[in-house]
Formats: sequence, C-alpha cells, structure tokens
Amino acid sequence: MTGHPHPLTRRRFLLGTGALAASAAVPGLLLASTGNSSRLVVVILRGALDGLAAMPPHGDPHYAALHRDIAIAGPGAPDGALVLDGTFGLHPSLGFLHERYVAGNLIAFHAVASPYRDRSHFDGQNVLENGLSQPLGSADGWLNRALSELPARPGASTERAVALSQNVPQILRGRAAVFSKSPNPTPDIDQELLARLADLYSKDDWFAARLSEGMQTEKLADEGGMTPARAGAAPGMAGAPADRLTAVARMASALMNSDGGPDVAVMEANGWDTHANQGGAKGVLAQRLLGLDRALRALTDGLKDLWPQTAVLVVTEFGRTAAMNGTRGTDHGTGGCAFLLGGAVLGGRVVADWPGLSPGALLENRDLRPTLDLRSVFKGVLGEHLRIDTATLSGRVFPDSAGAHALQGLMRA
Amino acid sequence: MQTEIAVIRFGLGARPGDLSAAAADPRGWLRAQIHGQVKLAGDSRLAPSDQIIRGLFEARAARASMKRAVPAAAEPPKDALNAVREAYLPHYRAQVLARARSAALTDRPFAERLVHFWTNHFAVSADKGAVLGLGGSLENEAIRPHVNGRFVDLLCAVEQHPAMIAFLDNQYSVGPDSPFAQFAARRGRRQFGINENLAREILELHTLGVDGGYTQADVTTFAKVISGWSIGGGKGRLAGGVPGRFFFREEMHEPGGQRFLGRRFPQSGLAQGEAVLADLARQPATAQFIATKLVRHFIADEPPAAAVARVAQAFTRSDGDLPAVYGALLDAPEAWDAQSRKFKTPEDFVFSTLRAFDVAPQDPQEVVRGFELLGQRQYTPGSPAGWADTASGWDGSDALMHRVLWASRVAERFDPGVNPLEVATASLGGYLRADTREALRRAASSGQALALLLMSPEFQRR
Repeated sequence: MTGHPHPLTRRRFLLGTGALAASAAVPGLLLASTGNSSRLVVVILRGALDGLAAMPPHGDPHYAALHRDIAIAGPGAPDGALVLDGTFGLHPSLGFLHERYVAGNLIAFHAVASPYRDRSHFDGQNVLENGLSQPLGSADGWLNRALSELPARPGASTERAVALSQNVPQILRGRAAVFSKSPNPTPDIDQELLARLADLYSKDDWFAARLSEGMQTEKLADEGGMTPARAGAAPGMAGAPADRLTAVARMASALMNSDGGPDVAVMEANGWDTHANQGGAKGVLAQRLLGLDRALRALTDGLKDLWPQTAVLVVTEFGRTAAMNGTRGTDHGTGGCAFLLGGAVLGGRVVADWPGLSPGALLENRDLRPTLDLRSVFKGVLGEHLRIDTATLSGRVFPDSAGAHALQGLMRA
Repeated sequence: MQTEIAVIRFGLGARPGDLSAAAADPRGWLRAQIHGQVKLAGDSRLAPSDQIIRGLFEARAARASMKRAVPAAAEPPKDALNAVREAYLPHYRAQVLARARSAALTDRPFAERLVHFWTNHFAVSADKGAVLGLGGSLENEAIRPHVNGRFVDLLCAVEQHPAMIAFLDNQYSVGPDSPFAQFAARRGRRQFGINENLAREILELHTLGVDGGYTQADVTTFAKVISGWSIGGGKGRLAGGVPGRFFFREEMHEPGGQRFLGRRFPQSGLAQGEAVLADLARQPATAQFIATKLVRHFIADEPPAAAVARVAQAFTRSDGDLPAVYGALLDAPEAWDAQSRKFKTPEDFVFSTLRAFDVAPQDPQEVVRGFELLGQRQYTPGSPAGWADTASGWDGSDALMHRVLWASRVAERFDPGVNPLEVATASLGGYLRADTREALRRAASSGQALALLLMSPEFQRR
C-alpha cells in the first residue's frame, strides 16, 4: 500500500496532474523492446452502466433524492459506498477496485462521455468504439487504428491484439491484424483437416486469413498451457454471467503472458441496461458489478509480472438518468463514469470536473452533464502508455477530436 | 445461378431435390411461398406463452416462500433458486428444437427465413428473467401469423405480446397522472412513473430507425401513450386480465390526449397507442428503415441504394402490405447478382447443414449446445437490436475455428451411408467449385470430405 487516497477537490485533477505531465510528454514511438513493453486491456460494458450507482456521488446534495430507492448510501452507512473522497465513492460490490484505488493503481473518472449525445445503445457503442464524434463514421475502431501506428515488437506475433470473444468488436476492427479467442475451447480439431482446409482456402484470402489466425491462436493457447476446460465448460446460459467474465479475464491474462502473446486485449460484458428493478447495494446491478470486480481481480492476478506495465480501461457507451424511473430502474442517459487501473497507472485519484446534480446542472433536465470527453482519456492512455505522439493521435487515431485534449499524467513515468 | 440464389440465398439451403424443384421457375418458386400464415413445420407441440408465464409466476411464488422460510442470514437452498430456471428450461429447449426442425423440414424456406428475419428485427433475448421461456413464443404467436400480412398488424401483434412487454420492461410503466400513480401518492407509497425502454426501442429499432427524426420528448410522450400496456395477473389492486396474456391496465395509463411527432393523438386508452403504431407504420422513415434491413439481409451487407429505394417505395405504395414488399425485393436486379454473397450466420450454417443432410434433429439438448458452440444461442441475441446481420459480426478467427469443430462433429455423425460428392452437388448445385470437388474427392475419408464440404467457402456463403 502506498498510502491513503488523497482527499481531492473536484477540479484538482486539472491542475494537480499538470506537474506530472512533463515526464509523459516524450514524443515519438518508443515502445520498449521485448519483454518490457506496455500492455493495455479495454473492458467494454455494453448496455450503459449507471455511473451514479457504480461511482455514487454521495457528497452531492441532490444525489439521494434523485436516485431514491436505488441510491447507494454514503460511506459509513450499512452497505454504504466505499470511500474515494469527500464527494465520490465506489459501489460496495467494487471491493477490488477500491483496493487498487488505495494502492494508488486506480483512477476513477466521473461525468465523462463519448461525444455521442443521443440515447441509442447501438449508436452510442458505435461512437465509443469508432473514436469519432458520430456513429457510422467509420468501419474501423480507434484501438485498431492505434495498433497500426505501433512499431513491430521483436518476438511478438504480427497480431498484437486479441478480442476475448468469438468475433472481433468494432473497436478492434480495421487494418491491423488482430485475432479473437473465446474461453470456449475448440478441442480435438483434426490437424489434417485444418491443413486440407488451409489448402482449400488458398484461393480465398478472406477465409485463409481467418483460418491462419485461428490456427496460430490455438498454438499460442496450447503452448501457454492453458486449460480452458473449466472456463469453457459453461458456454451460454450454463455459467452465470459473472463467472463467465472471470473466465474471459483469465483467458486474457494467460494469452498476454504466453510467449509472443498479444499486448492488447479487449473484453466485453453485457447486461448493464438496468431499466427496471436495478437494485441498490444489493440486487441485479450489484451482482453485475461484483462479477466485474471479480473479473478484474482475476485479470490482475493472472497478469502477474506484467501488471506493473499494464493499464486497464473500463468504459461504457453512456450513463443513465440521474433520477430513478417509474420502475425502480434508470433510463438511457449521458454522462457516466469510467475506470483506469493497472500497475502503470498513476492512481489513487478521482478525475472529475463535477457539474453537480442540481436541476439547473442536469443535461436536458435529466442526465448527468458530461464535462470530459472520453477520447481525452483514450488519448492520454495511448500517448503516455503506448507512446503514440499527439499529432498521430489527433490526426489518424481520433481524427475529429481537436476539442478533446489528451489528459496528461495518467501514467507513472 | 438463379436457382441456387433462390434456394440458398433466399431460402435456407437446399435439401436433396430442392434445386431441381425450383429450377423451372426460381422466382415463381419463391413467390408461391409468400402468402398466409407460416406455421411451424415438423409437428412440434409447444406450450402457449400464457401457460409458460403462469408456470413462471408459480415458480417465483414458491421460491419467495422458500426464501421466507429460511433465516435471513442463511443462504436460500439452491433448489429454490433453480426452480425458476427449471420452470422455463424445458420450454426453451422445446422451442429451439421446434425451430430447427421447422427450418430443416419446411417446404416454404423463403417464408421461414422471413419469419427468422422478423424475429431478429423484433428481437427479445431469452436471457433476461422475465423472458426466459418466451423467445420462441414471440416468433410463433406474433410473427408467424402476420409474416405475410400487413406490417401494422405484425407491429401491433409484436408490441402487445407479453414477451416484448416483459423484455422491454413495460408491464409496470405507469403514467405519472394515472389513477394508479395518484392512488399510490395519496397512500404515501413510492412514486410510480414511466419506463422509456419499450417506447424508445419501438421508435429506434422497430419502426423509424435511429435517424428517423424523433426527439427525446417524443420518446417520453410515447412512453406515456403506451403506459398501461401490461400483462394480466397480479394481486390486490393489480389483479386483472388473464394471467400471462397481454392486458391493458387502464388504471396505469396516462390520461388525456398527447402530441407526438408533431401530431395530435386525442384517443384515450388502448386505442391511443394503437393509433400511434398505425401512424408509425405509415411513416416514410419506417419504409426506408425496413427496406434497408431487408436488402441487407437478402442482398448484401452494404445494401445497394437502388434496391432499397425500390423496396421502400413498394412498402409505402402498398401501405405496408408485406407480400408486395417481398415481391419488390425479388424484382430487384441486385438480388440476382451471383457475385454478391452473404457470409452465413451460425444459424444459416446449421439450418443449411440440416437441409443438406436432409435430417430433422430429435434431441433438444444437442441442438441447444450446437448453437451455443457456434456463438448464436437461439433466441438470445443479448440486446433488442438483435443479432448482427453482416459478416463483421460473425467473422472472427475464433468463430471460424468453432465452425470447423462443429462441422467435423456433424460430419463424423452423418458419415456412414452418405456420399460426400452427392451431398455437395445436391446442396450447392452450380455454386460447387471445381477445386472443392477435387478436394472432396481426394479427402482421406468420407467424414473428412463432409467436413471440408461444410467448411468450403461456397457452403459458408449464401
């Protein structure tokens, strides 16, 4: 433990981290050599996580009255929030995240949003992943565009990134080669059949590329001594979603730890669209958050020696209404929270330019007003952690993000 | 290739004999399918949704009383928690099996594919508590009767089906000025109000589309319009209706006329919501949105604009008469372009495989597991947007490896007594490439040849 979290004021991050920025502002592509390069994991929470439940602003005088039955009590109360500072806490299910905060490895962001301002999940996720200011602006994703800017790492396979699912989500789609790997095993595929298929696909590049990636991944998994049988025994309904995410996290860390394994991984979790009976300290959302917390612990444990050089971004497409709706849930909103954790993160801080929840402060009289563009976080992480220079970030990775400046000082030097 | 396009792209893949049956008049073969109800083929007997819901109510009540019976600090017994799952699981399995059997056996595969299309358009996901046993119910009870009718009737049947009401949380959506809300307020009970979920998704996903020109205020108003659209059952003041069936709870409905999309809806009660649905069904944005999705599903991931315009026009001119809409799709020259082929979804892959082998599955668990393996667990797209209808949703390398695994297991199973080259010719016709034929001929075993056939690029596309 590196000390108790600092009692930060709301605006402190903007000033407080400025002094740290110099060390991170090294331009150029300096991705370190074999064995010591940065690792990045992005966790996408699909369905719009209620940021006012995950990171309750217990210090805001309007919070309890708005969130009503599903508000999280303040720190100290039974089932109350885990304290971050005088304004914010964490949902009581997020014990591991809180540990990381205390240890100085977690930054909790609030009042953040992508540039998307309508309330469709699907367009919202599209913007979150395409990195532009509007949906359908691009078929590829920002993380893939970022990968395209990285120099080759000696000893690494050509595919630098893995999607922990059968298929590749938009954030990772694009020019740079990536692969997918779900925790469901594909045991006992006859090698001779694969060889003949590769032959049959030789005249069809589209199939050939996918088969070759699939075969390489199998090899990686075998050599890594992965025994996904336990994790994969419960595809679909058989496993609770919470356990499934943990299985996914174990697979991610095992792949990243294997020789020539990927530097970047993307995990996805569904089930955050809590329109009815969301629950408070206990209930449906509490269970989901517990599953997320456990999965992040499993990821951290599994990364072992890689943890000090890892950053994990946890994001969702938008927040939910400030007020509880008529069915003890929340409807689609705008501003929400995000987390950045990892050994490489200069954490133990809340980053929030908090607009407050007073009637006049809400967006369209209903949502938490966002004061920080998520792309500022993404640019900060890609800049300092993956060492992609500012011009490239603004020009090629997030081409219409001029107003969203990279946050500085997110990473340890 | 007209015959192959009709049977494989528009249908569900060829059974032995299908290609020759359609060869004389491929378009006529398709047109003959788009009329009337489309019932399940394969003699499946499924419980109706109200019965399934009542079973769920009973299981929940039993669970609640078991929970009360144990001290608060103790863990409730596992059996009690599993009771709800046990109540729906047999229904879920039966519905998945019935769907696969129907796809394998139907003589109207184009109509059957249209049923699947609308099920995905009006997606519910049977991994949410209230909908666990109802995924197939929505398809069989709301979509099959109306798939060849008028869009507005299909729309009304779907939005008033208990599966949709429950999936998008409308059953307890209460108008803030409704008698029920005021009663609760007088008693000092918790405040009741609307839930926007169903209203928003009807606009965004079922009718106008996300760019269809509505505002947040329209969403909120529409939620008031359909407040009270609920499910029968309940206790005390909430008792009413037939348990498990759609029930309009007048008491929860926001009273008074509403202004929505710039128009007045002075009706009261249930008629107000039905009038709004009828209005939505006539909007040009709805015609455009449905046309785009149909063209994407049947022609190409990037829908050709001319085909979309043709289908949208037919939608508007016929006032949403669906056979006229499907007819316009078949009239589009782009539909018959043999170069433009869609990558099969896992569902397409399974159904066309069953048809290629001319078998209807018997074992529900086997079918359920097969779809889980391939990443398309039936009736659980996970979100109201439904499953991806483009290759990008299905083309991961890991997904391909799962297809190889499934194909090799299926091939092993059907190997004895099947001649791979005959299966290849009967199922692919002119799509079968010379190099694939050669690979099948040179395969080490007939089982390996069958696996190669199923994984060949021409079998994986439609």
